[in-house]
Amino acid sequence: MMAYILRRILYAIPILIGVNVLTFVLFFVVNSPDDMARMQLGQKRVTEEAIQNWKAERGYDKPLLWNAEAEGLDKVTDTIFFKKSIRLFLFDFGRSDSGRDISSDIQQRMWPSLAIAIPGLIVGLLVNISFALLIAFFRGTYLDISGVVLCVILMSISSLFYIIAGQYLVGKLMNLVPISGYDTGFEAIKFLILPVLVGLVSGIGSGTRWYRTIFLEEIGKDYVRTARSKGLSERLIMFRHVLKNAMIPILTGVVVILPLLFMGSLITESFFGIPGLGSYTLDAINSQDFAIVRSMVFLGSVLYIIGLLLTDISYTLVDPRVRLS
Amino acid sequence: MPIVLWTDALVFLLLIMVSLFVWHVRRHEHLRRPWRIVLCSPIAMASAVILLIYLIIGLLDSLHFHPQIEDLNNGEKQYSTQIKSVFDMLVSHLQEHDEKTYSAPFAAWQYNKETIELEDGTMIRDYPRLRFGGAHLRDPDTEKIPDIVSKVLHSTVIWSVIFFLFVMLVIWRISRRIQRSFPESISAVARGKTEIPWLVIFLTAGISLWLVIVAWNLSHYYHIFGTDKVGQDVFYQAMKSIRTGLIIGTLTTLVMLPFAILMGISAGYFRGWIDDAIQYIYTTLNSIPGVLLIAAAILMLQVYMANHADQFTSLAARSDMRLLFLCIILGVTSWTGLCRMLRGETMKLREVDYIQAAQAFGVGNFTIIMRHILPNVMHIVLISVVLDFSGLVLAEAVLSYINIGVDPSMNSWGNMINSARMEMARDPVVWWSLAAAFVFMFVLVLAANLFSDTVRDAFDPRLRGREE
Repeated sequence: MMAYILRRILYAIPILIGVNVLTFVLFFVVNSPDDMARMQLGQKRVTEEAIQNWKAERGYDKPLLWNAEAEGLDKVTDTIFFKKSIRLFLFDFGRSDSGRDISSDIQQRMWPSLAIAIPGLIVGLLVNISFALLIAFFRGTYLDISGVVLCVILMSISSLFYIIAGQYLVGKLMNLVPISGYDTGFEAIKFLILPVLVGLVSGIGSGTRWYRTIFLEEIGKDYVRTARSKGLSERLIMFRHVLKNAMIPILTGVVVILPLLFMGSLITESFFGIPGLGSYTLDAINSQDFAIVRSMVFLGSVLYIIGLLLTDISYTLVDPRVRLS
Repeated sequence: MPIVLWTDALVFLLLIMVSLFVWHVRRHEHLRRPWRIVLCSPIAMASAVILLIYLIIGLLDSLHFHPQIEDLNNGEKQYSTQIKSVFDMLVSHLQEHDEKTYSAPFAAWQYNKETIELEDGTMIRDYPRLRFGGAHLRDPDTEKIPDIVSKVLHSTVIWSVIFFLFVMLVIWRISRRIQRSFPESISAVARGKTEIPWLVIFLTAGISLWLVIVAWNLSHYYHIFGTDKVGQDVFYQAMKSIRTGLIIGTLTTLVMLPFAILMGISAGYFRGWIDDAIQYIYTTLNSIPGVLLIAAAILMLQVYMANHADQFTSLAARSDMRLLFLCIILGVTSWTGLCRMLRGETMKLREVDYIQAAQAFGVGNFTIIMRHILPNVMHIVLISVVLDFSGLVLAEAVLSYINIGVDPSMNSWGNMINSARMEMARDPVVWWSLAAAFVFMFVLVLAANLFSDTVRDAFDPRLRGREE
């Protein structure tokens, strides 16, 4: 088992290097630091001096890959690629273009993101699975058909609509919860209810439909027929056999996204004014802070790869038939 | 003077490819069979009618040209630098009917008060009349509703006569084809007893085209979806956004298909180091969260465009480039799923007897792939293309909302929502921009979802005969 996990981790390293090189190419080769400086400084007629200052302040004034002027090992290390890209492997994100320390920002802002993502995930899973189980139990009846039609309709509505309508109805008309904002401690709960609710409603269509197909696939399998021929009631089959076996694809599907919960949701957080990593990224995009976007791209990939790793491990844990090959 | 933007060219290329595909399918019975299931499904055909209406508007909006300006001085033809489309000409009245600021749907007065000078010189603060919305009415309070009703009735009568004749013509054609008498065909269609659900098709087409005609007629006299902050007609914006939505939904797939097919099939067919390399590429791309990759790429595009402003001759050309680039980058983030599926399917296929036999006969790899593998994975490609469409249309709105979507100057539902998002806080609420964008988007996405579900069920061999 340990050897397997170790091998999977080793396998992740070339992928991380690939992501790293890709972000480097995207951020420094497609456009030179000069271009970025001109964009940031805004004016059409920027003095060369201002550009040099901007670059020096942020450490973009070094050569990209090879520093011919430096001595010894510094030829490789005193470059943008080494200082800005390789350092990401150590989770040393450096400073943002506006001068803030990215690592401490991330540590501070991941908690609000988690506070909204974890309840959202749990509530969503519970509700979607119960609905899916319900319409799979009544498969072939009008309840099933109308349930599926309702799911398709809910899926076809833009997620922005749910947020705007939710804020308007619950926040403004009914005045139940604040429209947006965030607070620390238990005070935060009243700010979290609406985003979680909106997230639940906007995901219910696709979620229910997806879990329904998983349940239907399980119902078509041989062991269900065996259980029926034993004389088990349909209800017992659904809850004891189908639900249990369907949890394997459902849970392994959830494990992939678990690490990414840290990153938060760009849309939800910005609409509800939650100071998490999602709105952090969005602010960086809007203010064109390249250092933050670069760090978030790398962090996101790392978390995704961890998710894949966890999925593989959880497969072998819940399903002994999956060989560690 | 016609001008072809990049996305226009690709849209028409796509149209040609689709026509060729249809022509090819019609000639082969085994390819026709799944399509016949789609043709006989009432839901699919109803959605197809709606999609077709969107498509026609989108295509008309893709025929661009520089309008001609009369030059009186020397009689020479002069062309404006503006770019307009054929669709713009059809609804030119909407473009010209600009108000000063917000006005509600069918309103005759402006949304907010202004200081107006009366004829006797006194100044009062009141809601001013709109310049175009309901301007033909003397007393909108009493005349407006009868006026709207009479206009709706007027266009309904004309429309029902035309549509009735059209339906009769189609039924006459059907009766010739299936060699039944004309009255017999009419009763078969009316009772819904035809193989292809003609009744549903006629009903959907009738109702939706009726809505289009009534809206077009009324839009000459009113702002049927109101006007936005700068007084532009919201109905016009929503219709112009159709093209953007369709382009994002279709061109993205067109851009990514060659890569996905080529890489997926070669990974599955050649295996070995080619497989390893391709798997490495798509795992790497896939591991970057899509939104962040798009954000990074669009940021870089913005930098490039800001520094190379001289390369783009006009605003339209610039926003067109950005749209195309957005399609490409969306394609880059979305091809991996299809690639993986094609790889798996090809791996299964290459062990099949007829391909083993072809290899034993010494048929070249390229020929095997083109003749035996590609036709047998086409259903996967098709299913993924139609399933992706609605997701991409929805994604456009979200991306535009966070400012990494299409150019802010381009009409799109995302931009409409983005610019109207603070208006819900006003009192009275300015809801019409949002409503128009959401309704137009919802109808398109719902039709696409329903259509793609039927296509998937018809083409996926695994789904046939399952209890559903």
